[in-house]
Amino acid sequence: MKSTTKLFALTTAVLVSTASFASAQTLDRVKQRGTLSCGVNVGLAGFSAPDDKGNWTGFDVDYCRAIAAAVLGDATKVRFVPTTAKERFTALQSGEIDVLNRNTTWTLARDSSLGLSFVGTNYYDGQGLMVKTGLKVKSAKELDGATVCVQTGTTTELNLADYFRVNKLAYKPVVFEKADEILQAYQAGRCDVYTTDASGLYAQRLQMQKPDEHIVLPEIISKEPLGPSVRQGDSQWFTIVRWVHFALLNAEEAGITKGNVDKMLESTNPDVRRILGKEGEFGKGIGLANDWAFQIIKQVGNYGEIFDATVGAGSRINIARGQNNLWTKGGLQYAPPIR
Amino acid sequence: MTATVQSPSPGPIAPPAKPNLLYRPEFRQAVYQILLVIALIIGFWAIAHNVAVNLARQNIASGFGFWTRTAGFDISQTLIEFDNQSTYGKAFWAGLMNTLLVAGLGIIFATILGFLVGIGRLSSNWLIAKLATAYVEILRNLPLLLQLFFWYFAVLKNLPGPRESISLPGGASLNVRGLYLPAPVPESGFGYVLAAFGIGILTSIAIAMWSKRRQLATGQRFPVLWTSLALIFLLPGAVYLVLGQPLGFEYPALRGFNFQGGMAVQPEFMALLVGLSTYTASFIAEIVRAGIAGVPRGQREAANAIGLSNGLTMRLVIIPQALRIIIPPLTSQYLNLAKNSSLAVAIGYPDFVSVFTGTVLNQTGQAVEVILLTMLVFLTISLLTSAFMNWFNKHIALVER
Repeated sequence: MKSTTKLFALTTAVLVSTASFASAQTLDRVKQRGTLSCGVNVGLAGFSAPDDKGNWTGFDVDYCRAIAAAVLGDATKVRFVPTTAKERFTALQSGEIDVLNRNTTWTLARDSSLGLSFVGTNYYDGQGLMVKTGLKVKSAKELDGATVCVQTGTTTELNLADYFRVNKLAYKPVVFEKADEILQAYQAGRCDVYTTDASGLYAQRLQMQKPDEHIVLPEIISKEPLGPSVRQGDSQWFTIVRWVHFALLNAEEAGITKGNVDKMLESTNPDVRRILGKEGEFGKGIGLANDWAFQIIKQVGNYGEIFDATVGAGSRINIARGQNNLWTKGGLQYAPPIR
Repeated sequence: MTATVQSPSPGPIAPPAKPNLLYRPEFRQAVYQILLVIALIIGFWAIAHNVAVNLARQNIASGFGFWTRTAGFDISQTLIEFDNQSTYGKAFWAGLMNTLLVAGLGIIFATILGFLVGIGRLSSNWLIAKLATAYVEILRNLPLLLQLFFWYFAVLKNLPGPRESISLPGGASLNVRGLYLPAPVPESGFGYVLAAFGIGILTSIAIAMWSKRRQLATGQRFPVLWTSLALIFLLPGAVYLVLGQPLGFEYPALRGFNFQGGMAVQPEFMALLVGLSTYTASFIAEIVRAGIAGVPRGQREAANAIGLSNGLTMRLVIIPQALRIIIPPLTSQYLNLAKNSSLAVAIGYPDFVSVFTGTVLNQTGQAVEVILLTMLVFLTISLLTSAFMNWFNKHIALVER
């Protein structure tokens, strides 16, 4: 009921928002307000979850901080707005948040009919299936007749239906609104299978009482390119968020890290000098200070550092870089140059 | 010189001059009402226009074109045929049926339980009265969502998995996936049993009408209840036995991951139904108690004085008068129950809000249309319920003579 009420309030906000606001420059409003309003997941370890001191941490959270560092010069000036899968797009449409960083899959339907634009893919993911080891299931093809727990309002719900239909397998879905509820129901044995993005499965497995008793099956049944999205019709803001992502990648490629960024200011490498704003006027071109990328790396780190600290080798979740490695290291992450 | 004294005119008092049109109350009232209606129309038009313009500007799809598009998802429990190739429109109906099912059954159970507990609180038996009081005070003072979580997670977690199911008498099984019952499979000749059942009901109605007329004319009573029960249950039962029990059962059996065959009642449905019924029953109990307590003492004394037994006093004198007090607030509880069923989404029952305002809204992204339809649906359900209850209230109201 609570989330329905919230959704209703957001919808009302869409209804009564005046025509002037949609076209208003998001950048100006963020600067005026002094904080970035960033939509994140209500709780998904590794991507966005409050820690024991109440600070938000995670991969998506760090992207919010990086945008705040670039735009406001201060990575702490972020107001995190937790959204469920169901509320997230309405929150962005209504203007409650400036950018949505919520492990959200980029699809054509969302890019076209929801009034939002995805700026890029900051995490290449795919849908996986988790089962209890006790079931002795080795492959998704053996899941005929299984009961599957899934979250509402996700691409996951549709991929699941497609996969089982294409492989002529029967199944029963049990649909919940929040990931916590799924976790409880799955552990209670209500479902045989828990399905969501593979990254989410690894993160959720850590929350379980006995993580060793669950395995993620080898099949990845879909493409889930996750990335930040913004409202359509504000190309300046779109460009800023997109280039924050590219700056993070370019910094890793150029070897600029949180630790060495001050020293790098004296570098003679023209690539590094351009990224850090020592050469050229690239920041001004997108409406920011010239040291925008410097602030991102100094305060948040580069893409690789964020990945390692939140979901990668340096975190409890320990997901391999895989497709999310730089293109120079056999991965898919590739950014256009800053020049 | 004769002075004529001007005396007040003895003639009829002249009608007061017609006041200016602007000062006439009827005219003013009409003007205000017309202005209000115009303002409302302009207001609604402005909102609708603003929505259309804004949605178009933000490139958000609008309109009801999605209604006939393929939904692409599945629903775990449906009363109508539904699979992932069905349309969003069908998902709307599937969800709506699920809501109506749980609300309808919830109203029936809550009413029965509420009447029992309400009468129990008035009982002279100390234990029954205290138990009923405890029931009411605990259930109506805890948030419903919490109770649903209790029924779903706390109870569900303690049920065994499908492979260690609890076997119940009659071939039923209970496990964490739900309650599995044998499904009746009619064989040839079962139609006669159904026909006998129908005949039993029709005859009972005829007897009840005849008995009422006879009682009004002669004052003699006829044991309508017992004859009706016999006709409705014994008659089909006899036909069933004579025809050699033409009804088979399909028993659920464990195959693969789950039980297959038979009828399955999902735990989500059970938890929601139990949660809604017991919660609403605690309110209904208080309404029933107030209704009975509201009948003047003299009525009971008078009934006793003319020699009616306690049971008859209750049935013929107290309850009919108490119902007048009970029905209007009872209607509100029914409406609450129907609306509270939208909490289903928290425990994974595919009700209307979960399916339509949840999944469909998200897959189509058309929040405005979906929320509008949702409001319309709940408004319709509520208005129909209260229309029926108002009719019923009028029907049982005391005719003052």
